[in-house]
Amino acid sequence: MNVTRGFTGRPRVLNDGLPPGQYDAGDDWPVLSAEVTPDLAPADWTFTVDGLVAEERTWGWDEAHALPPSAYEGDIHCVTSWSKFGVRFGGVSLDAFLDAVRPAPEATHAVAYAHTGYTTNLPLADLTGGRAWIVWEYGDGPLPAEHGGPARLIVPHLYFWKSAKWVAGLRLLDHDEPGFWEQNGYHHRGNPWEEQRYSGD
Amino acid sequence: MPPTRFAVPGRISVPNGTAGTWQRATLTDIRRETSHAATFRFAVPDWAGHVPGQHLMLRLRAADGYVAQRHYSIASPPDDTGHVELTLDHVDGGEVSGWFHTVAKPGDEVEVRGPLSGFFAWPGDRPALLIGAGSGVVPLMSMVRHHRARGLSVPLRLLVSARGPEELIYASEYGAETTPVFTRTAPEGVPVGRVSAAHVATLQADRPEGDWEAYVCGSNGFAEHASRLLVEAGQPVDRIRIERFG
Ligand SMILES: Cc1cc2nc3c(=O)[nH]c(=O)nc-3n(C[C@H](O)[C@H](O)[C@H](O)COP(=O)(O)OP(=O)(O)OC[C@H]3O[C@@H](n4cnc5c(N)ncnc54)[C@H](O)[C@@H]3O)c2cc1C
Repeated sequence: MNVTRGFTGRPRVLNDGLPPGQYDAGDDWPVLSAEVTPDLAPADWTFTVDGLVAEERTWGWDEAHALPPSAYEGDIHCVTSWSKFGVRFGGVSLDAFLDAVRPAPEATHAVAYAHTGYTTNLPLADLTGGRAWIVWEYGDGPLPAEHGGPARLIVPHLYFWKSAKWVAGLRLLDHDEPGFWEQNGYHHRGNPWEEQRYSGD
Repeated sequence: MPPTRFAVPGRISVPNGTAGTWQRATLTDIRRETSHAATFRFAVPDWAGHVPGQHLMLRLRAADGYVAQRHYSIASPPDDTGHVELTLDHVDGGEVSGWFHTVAKPGDEVEVRGPLSGFFAWPGDRPALLIGAGSGVVPLMSMVRHHRARGLSVPLRLLVSARGPEELIYASEYGAETTPVFTRTAPEGVPVGRVSAAHVATLQADRPEGDWEAYVCGSNGFAEHASRLLVEAGQPVDRIRIERFG
């Protein structure tokens, strides 16, 4: 691409943590969701893992909180080009939920779905091994509703549309099944380091 | 798994295939809309077309290879073949909008990819209730222009919020379909205030057969406020589409 005449951009510090095409949003945390923010009380929140599992299960708020706590501290990247550094989310590792349901050997993919009806697909390998969480805390406080509270999925090594807000469950499948944005032209995996933004990237 | 309540409507055929390619866009014209906003018209010869409501990704590149990319809604209707128009607010300290408002002139080239997101798109087949604030009116104007250009008879209403008449983007283009709402200063005899339950109630009372499909666009604060009013007025959540500018 040619240089844009007269464009210098603002002064920048070299930041190795910034994937290509991203900028540091600093203290901002933009809200990007297509749907109305649901009125979802913690008491009404549930999380189910079903599909190709030995034993499907649903956790309520207190049951999920009884699992061993685990936090993510690090960076997040949104496909709309902002990244946010050094954030902290507190909750439970997704491994704790998956261990309880015992995924079938043929399970290779998952669809995460939200209480609003939003869906997003993920390879199972991106959800295991301490790489994904169900979280209800942001910083020292509860996760705000517009950011997915009372609880959301986070898969921080992928673009943030994979981190379903208001998460309701995970269905394990033996094939890949595109979710809401993926049916809408977004990339199936969404690795920020490879700039997998849209289908064909 | 609950049914996907707000799935991408199958009726919309979005040319997703072209979203992967960056295309050269040549600035051909700049029109001032308000003291803060201007419309930038581009020639994009291979533009595959879009559905009103869609946006694109735009990128600028500095001499040292640094790239800035941002999303912008498309203001022009699909029939403006080979051209797209964007309307940008001048954000204080903004990297990309700052370049457009202080440096850009006709003949300059940038790169775009798109169109993106079929979710907020409106092909013109269902009654549409549009609510926008500030530059949030941009994708909604593409819908209004499409409605006019095609002479569509399906009902369309626009509620547009601005701080005052001098900040109302596209002011001279609105017709009977539009109700402007002024939050700070208003002309003689026009009340000052936010988009309210009363505005939404008036539009809901006017509900056409088949009901409204609602499109809300603006800052996140505005989107939260307007979508809540719609839900309280009985608009089903799965018939509210929201575009948040962040
Ligand atoms: C789907 C979508 C559609 C959109 N459509 C439109 C549209 O039609 N029209 C429109 O005008 N906008 C639109 N936007 C918003 C647009 O994408 C940009 O966010 C906006 O133009 C601001 O970009 P910028 O580069 O000018 O500002 P940025 O440089 O991103 O700055 C934004 C703010 O952050 C501050 N800031 C950020 N980083 C720094 C830093 N390092 N140092 C100092 N200050 C900083 C700036 O001062 C400023 O207040 C849309 C957004 C989305 C997601």
